[in-house]
Amino acid sequence: MILDGKCPTGPIEKSWDKHRFDLKLVNPSNKRKYNIIMVGTGLAGAAAAASLGELGYNVQAFCYQDSPRRAHSIAAQGGINAAKNYPSDGDSIMRLMYDTVKGGDFRAREADVWRLSQVSNNIIDQCVAQGVPFARDYAGYLDNRSFGGAQVSRTFYSRGLTGQQLLLGAYSALSRQIKAGTVQMYNRREMLDLVVVDGVARGITVRNLITGELESYAADAVCLATGGYVNVFYLSTNAKGCSVTANWAAAKKGAFFANPCYTQIHPTCIPQAGEYQSKLTLMSESLRNDGRIWVPKKKEDVGKLPSQIPDADRDYYLERKYPSFGNLAPRDISSRSAKEACDAGLGVGPGGRGVYLDFEDSIKRLSEDTIRERYGNLFEMYEKITDENGYKRPMRIYPAPHYAMGGLWVDYNLMSNVPGLFVLGEANFSVHGANRLGASALMQGLSDGYFVIPYTIGGYLVTVKPGEVKVDNTEFKKSVEDVKGKTNKLLNINGKKTVTEFHRELGKITWNDVGMARSKESLTDAIKKIPALRDEFWQNVKVTGSGADLNQQLENAGRVADFLEFGELLARDALHREESCGGHFRVEHQLADGEAKRNDADFSYVGAWEFKGNDKEPELHKEPLKFETIHLAVRSYK
Amino acid sequence: MQFTSSSIGRKILMAITGQAMVLFAVVHLLGNSSIFGWLNGGINAYAEHLHSLPLPIIIGFRLALLALVCVHIWFGIQLTLENRDARTKQYAVKSTQKTTFASENMIWTGSLIALFIVYHLAHFTFQVVNPETAALKNLVPLHNEMVPNVLGMVVAGFKNFFITFIYAGAMVALFLHLSHGIQSFFQTMGWSNDRSQPIIIRLGTLVALGLFLGYVIIPLTVFAGILKG
Amino acid sequence: MSDHKTMTLTLIVWRQKSATDPGKFETYTAKNITSHHSFLEMLDCVNEDLINADKEPIVFDHDCREGICGMCSQVINGKPHGGQERTTVCQLHMRKFKDGDTIYIEPWRARAFPIVKDLIVDRAALDTIIQAGGYTSCHTGGVPDGNAVMIPKPIAEEATDAAECIGCGACVAGCPNGAAMLFTGAKVSQLALLPQGRPEAAARVLKMTAAASECGFGNCSNHYECGAVCPKGVDVKFIARMNREFIKAQFA
Repeated sequence: MILDGKCPTGPIEKSWDKHRFDLKLVNPSNKRKYNIIMVGTGLAGAAAAASLGELGYNVQAFCYQDSPRRAHSIAAQGGINAAKNYPSDGDSIMRLMYDTVKGGDFRAREADVWRLSQVSNNIIDQCVAQGVPFARDYAGYLDNRSFGGAQVSRTFYSRGLTGQQLLLGAYSALSRQIKAGTVQMYNRREMLDLVVVDGVARGITVRNLITGELESYAADAVCLATGGYVNVFYLSTNAKGCSVTANWAAAKKGAFFANPCYTQIHPTCIPQAGEYQSKLTLMSESLRNDGRIWVPKKKEDVGKLPSQIPDADRDYYLERKYPSFGNLAPRDISSRSAKEACDAGLGVGPGGRGVYLDFEDSIKRLSEDTIRERYGNLFEMYEKITDENGYKRPMRIYPAPHYAMGGLWVDYNLMSNVPGLFVLGEANFSVHGANRLGASALMQGLSDGYFVIPYTIGGYLVTVKPGEVKVDNTEFKKSVEDVKGKTNKLLNINGKKTVTEFHRELGKITWNDVGMARSKESLTDAIKKIPALRDEFWQNVKVTGSGADLNQQLENAGRVADFLEFGELLARDALHREESCGGHFRVEHQLADGEAKRNDADFSYVGAWEFKGNDKEPELHKEPLKFETIHLAVRSYK
Repeated sequence: MQFTSSSIGRKILMAITGQAMVLFAVVHLLGNSSIFGWLNGGINAYAEHLHSLPLPIIIGFRLALLALVCVHIWFGIQLTLENRDARTKQYAVKSTQKTTFASENMIWTGSLIALFIVYHLAHFTFQVVNPETAALKNLVPLHNEMVPNVLGMVVAGFKNFFITFIYAGAMVALFLHLSHGIQSFFQTMGWSNDRSQPIIIRLGTLVALGLFLGYVIIPLTVFAGILKG
Repeated sequence: MSDHKTMTLTLIVWRQKSATDPGKFETYTAKNITSHHSFLEMLDCVNEDLINADKEPIVFDHDCREGICGMCSQVINGKPHGGQERTTVCQLHMRKFKDGDTIYIEPWRARAFPIVKDLIVDRAALDTIIQAGGYTSCHTGGVPDGNAVMIPKPIAEEATDAAECIGCGACVAGCPNGAAMLFTGAKVSQLALLPQGRPEAAARVLKMTAAASECGFGNCSNHYECGAVCPKGVDVKFIARMNREFIKAQFA
């Protein structure tokens, strides 16, 4: 099937304004008759729930944590982009769009990116009004810093806590609506199934994580703002609870999963210290503004103290390979370069999996105090984890899975191919193409939540009669039975291996075979190994306790079971995409200098997969991508 | 919510009444120190001066003091009970970092001080503890007048070990109470920040220490036989 | 990493099946722990052993494991988050302990935080406090340009100091009175400092402090324990500022 993104036509500069005008409106007095379900309360979910509640809709919001304030958006450190051009350094909406399309290696929809760039400015204003304490200069104006993949200073920030501050802003707006009664908040609920009645999304089945009860909720539209899936790699920078479960439930009910192979491996994470490790910690890539990345030139220097290696024997490989962007090269490029250096035996630290991020020059140039003021909390965090002082010796960093550009397929209105199912934020595939630039995730989450969905959902709701389907519909009962069946099965296997052991094994397969450098062999291997591991899981997993109360093992078992299905799709998508672009790097497709070699003639499309059952191959649907404003070009950061 | 039923409102009332009593304690101490002779006629002259004030002023002042004490005690007990209730179960290992013995035992040091005040009033104001030394019954000449012998009463009292012990013990309780209470006033009124607070805490303890020493020196010097009647 | 020495530790952990169960301490042994294990990874190891022995693992709240989500909440040897300065449980590493140590692990204890199971407590009361007024009542859209109102850098910085609160509840757990004044004070101060929050400052402080009392939190008696245990170093000066706002609100 050829998918239609339903993008507006005509000049791009007018596209969003024209579309907003074309959208039908819901009469104010009718809004309260419509129920909207919002799953997830991160930047996108909280912003959307608050905005929709304020418009007058009845919103029911769900999160698996004990409070909406804990969503993993909170961990974003560096900043949020906007085309304000406050520093007058040549920024504009068009340039932000250009950087984003190019940064995404020309695999995103132009119209979506334009809209994102256009509303980026409103986001900053909105957050300031909410009391988000952005960094200010001495005159009292908003301060900017620069970020990877851009040559202008357009990133707004609040220390190393931007995600936290923006999320708490959205959370406060949400709290206001909860108080006003327009939003009903359901904490500690995990969505386990999407209820589709006659092809239309009508509700969800959730597990109450405290009582273990399965609960049904019906609505006129279901929105998923459930984040990304990179915990499929086991070790990632995501929170432990992040999963593909809600999205995968939707995929199994007919929603197409787009571009799952576009995963972002973040270059500046703290390297793994041991087998027992449960997650990786990211340090904002804003560190690359003042830190220089290097490895020893000679293998015999690898074990030496960094201070004993003279400057001449250091390879500042990003500065060498990409003189114009240097240490600020985009994430995919920086990560791959680090892997190449380590694969060549030049990596430092445990297992040779690390490169240096050195602040010596910046400290000399600016003073330690200035560096402390800019990145103090990151140095503190690094020392807590590694017991090393980043001011005195270079930090060790290594790439780690961080973000999923892929996600459920949505059209321009953020609606998936299942009518009534909307997908927001990281959970959808839309704007980042094959690679996301730094400080763009926060921008997308808030753009979808505050400024897109409140308009586009109305266009759908006017077409449906409110409250048509209730929870007494047989589909809801069937969904509860299905989930109950799966839960009981997990509890009754009583095998020999724990859930974590399976997750770790899956992670090894996905990291080695579907990680930073993928090949036909490795992917074919993964497509064999993952189903085998999945079969073993369903024979041999051990889940203690019962389904009738709080059971974290059971929660994890369900999530890992879904990753074991989804991981295969990820590998299949990566295998089918015979090109290298952004976060997807196929070793067969590279230029002579090792750069990614895109194949625009054959792969300039969104690959959206339809789930057909675990024993059947998924079906690929394509949405062709057109580049009318930003012309296709080889991405170069040299 | 009413000021007097709100958490911070009651805390402010505690702080203001407490601080007013600290001021009283300072003035009281200055008056007491006349026993060392800086005022012509000593403490007997000071007592006579106070008693010669118009009656409405004396009664008004005493009623005001009584009101302060009552408000302070009433809300102190109420807040303490609420706080106990808010944290019924204690940790297996007690390991507080900033909480002090003084801050944790305000209710007990406060209770001791309250009991002491009753005793102190009975002793020196109503003069029923040692009736035979009561100043009102033992008049002495001062500037051609016969006035109550406060000095005699004080000295007779503090020659007694138990009375001196009660006074000294109560002053320890007062010191503990004020070492937390004085600095607390500034925090409660919102007059401290991260820079000033460490200084305020130190100064508060210093004032509390000064009051302690000032008050305890009279019974001790009497008991030691340095100060004589 | 380089050191191959491992530790064996005795854990005395609070186990409680449900909110109504009286609960009790159980003793476990943590084996093969290195100095690079985080505290939660150490507990993961103990849990894996428990599962393999067909026992129910210890449940505890955790999520981001990088010290920002505020989910993790354990009192370790009487100290919320374990007592390392500016550190959450998830960022606490085992290098702070010695081979052979005995470690007491308990949940947050406060009436306003009923225990759900083992080390997990219900912190909905903190949400209730924010819902009472921890926001500016701005609408989505229709707000002025971000640079329309200038904010002096020191004010923005101080507001950020207050805004660093992660809502973990350690301040309540540490407070001998079970009070939530640091949590409340931080939000009241953040919004009172910023011009965007001034219009509602008086109403906000009254509503939020009233909500805290209604939720069953205790009263502040200036122990300052909250500031000492706060994993984000939120200063007790924000309680003073809240008190000041409260007094101002009486005349508003």
